[in-house]
Amino acid sequence: MKNAAHIFAKEFKGYFISPIAYIVISLFLILSGWFFFSTFFLFNQAELRSFFSLLPVMFSFVIPAVTMRLFSEEFNTGSFELLSTMPVSSAEIIIGKFLAAFSFVVLMLIPTLSYGIFISFMGDLDIGPWIGGYAGAMLLGAAFSAIGLFASSLTRNQIIAFIVGMTICIVTTLVDKMLFFLPEAALGVFQFLGADFHFQNISRGILDSRDVLYFLSVCFVMLYLTHLVIQEKS
Amino acid sequence: MIRIDGLTKHYGSVRAVDGISFKIARGEIIGLLGPNGAGKTTTLRILTCFLQPTSGNISVKNLSIHEHPLEIRKMIGYLPESAPLYPEMLVYDFLAFVADVRRLSGKRKESRIGEVAGLCGVSEVMHKPVQELSKGYKQRVGLAQAMMDEPEILVLDEPTSGLDPNQIVEIRDIIKEIGREKTVILSTHILSEVEATCDRVIIINRGRIVADGATEELKEGTGREYTVSVSLKNTEFFEVKNAFDGLPGVTETTLNSFENGILDFSLSISNEGDLRPDIYRIIRERNWLLLEFRRHTRALETIFRELTREGQR
Repeated sequence: MKNAAHIFAKEFKGYFISPIAYIVISLFLILSGWFFFSTFFLFNQAELRSFFSLLPVMFSFVIPAVTMRLFSEEFNTGSFELLSTMPVSSAEIIIGKFLAAFSFVVLMLIPTLSYGIFISFMGDLDIGPWIGGYAGAMLLGAAFSAIGLFASSLTRNQIIAFIVGMTICIVTTLVDKMLFFLPEAALGVFQFLGADFHFQNISRGILDSRDVLYFLSVCFVMLYLTHLVIQEKS
Repeated sequence: MIRIDGLTKHYGSVRAVDGISFKIARGEIIGLLGPNGAGKTTTLRILTCFLQPTSGNISVKNLSIHEHPLEIRKMIGYLPESAPLYPEMLVYDFLAFVADVRRLSGKRKESRIGEVAGLCGVSEVMHKPVQELSKGYKQRVGLAQAMMDEPEILVLDEPTSGLDPNQIVEIRDIIKEIGREKTVILSTHILSEVEATCDRVIIINRGRIVADGATEELKEGTGREYTVSVSLKNTEFFEVKNAFDGLPGVTETTLNSFENGILDFSLSISNEGDLRPDIYRIIRERNWLLLEFRRHTRALETIFRELTREGQR
């Protein structure tokens, strides 16, 4: 697994060689800042709920943009042949790349901590939901990174990887909001599949093992599917 | 050292490699020669554990690709076709990454990076991004990364394709230099490349081996069949054809070119003895002006031409 660390280091550095990282981070901060502050003063409440409630949708667009190049670019330039004929296992490659994307997402979230600090000057910030929100955001970020990585392993075209990843993320985010036409018996199942449902649970400050388990299983399933896709290529 | 047994690879209904078997001894420089699409790259990709064969096996030092892919990859340095590197990385960073993945560390990592860079002549571009390098330099960086961990086996897929003639000579010299100690397998569709660098040639066509032998041996052929190429002035092809078709042993007279009054043609000969004195006598008798006169004993070329022609059909 030591090689996963080398792959991670290369991919993480790789984000900052091209301007894409800076563009994605700026875009995320501008949008999240705007959505947050445009409604913040209306409610006159010292809380971050509007920021966290929008996060799953924002992540659905931003994270696939972060992950789209991870495999697609390697397939397109052919460097995947070079990488996978070196003494590394595909699990090491996948884990290294996944951790690079996840770390990038965490890095992207760090500046938003300032929203909380800002709010704490204006009123009493409820620390529970604040910590819960960030814990949820990291779990959500990990799950979406795994989804994006899987999408990237499917194609050599980065745009397609982005669209596929975004579609899967959006569907998992919104699946529990589109249930009004389903019979009541199926409601629970679909609600449980929805990423937003679990994320909102955690961001209320309630750390339930079911919600944590949900995100971890999404990560595991997606990374395993990526592994299968990579195996299938040879 | 390397044993390939009944290797077959299908892509859908296409048989890219169709039951190839051969052995490679330590220290050999092997050329896999064949027209485009013959199955050279596929064979090399299976050897480097990038692809799984449909059936058959390759073993390197008695380790099978099916059971020990990581160990085999450790022993092999590989330069894929057209050297796909990470375009935005600096050459130094790229070589350092390869060294990391191949588990070199500390002093040995630094010294190996310096050594391979020196050997492949990339020391002066270490701080340039790969995408700004010329094709020749990219190829050298590719060679440098392949040699990073002093692999026992070096696999090079079309190492000189897309290079200019000077670069080709340089890369060939590097390969020969490496080949003194290592086992080198290279693929090419250029005949002269094999003649210039390899000890042994394996000719592949449509996924099958059609010839296998020492380069010298294949080059000399049996000595019975050879070609004489001639350039003449102040004559016409039909006159030449009339004159030589009568000569016993000449099987075919082919026109190569006729430009600026210079007639360039070759005679295919199948004869135990040397026909050159007879050919020269005929030329002198007719008072043709002789510009060039050369004998090729090249069974290799004949085999290869036949193959390429077949491939086009």
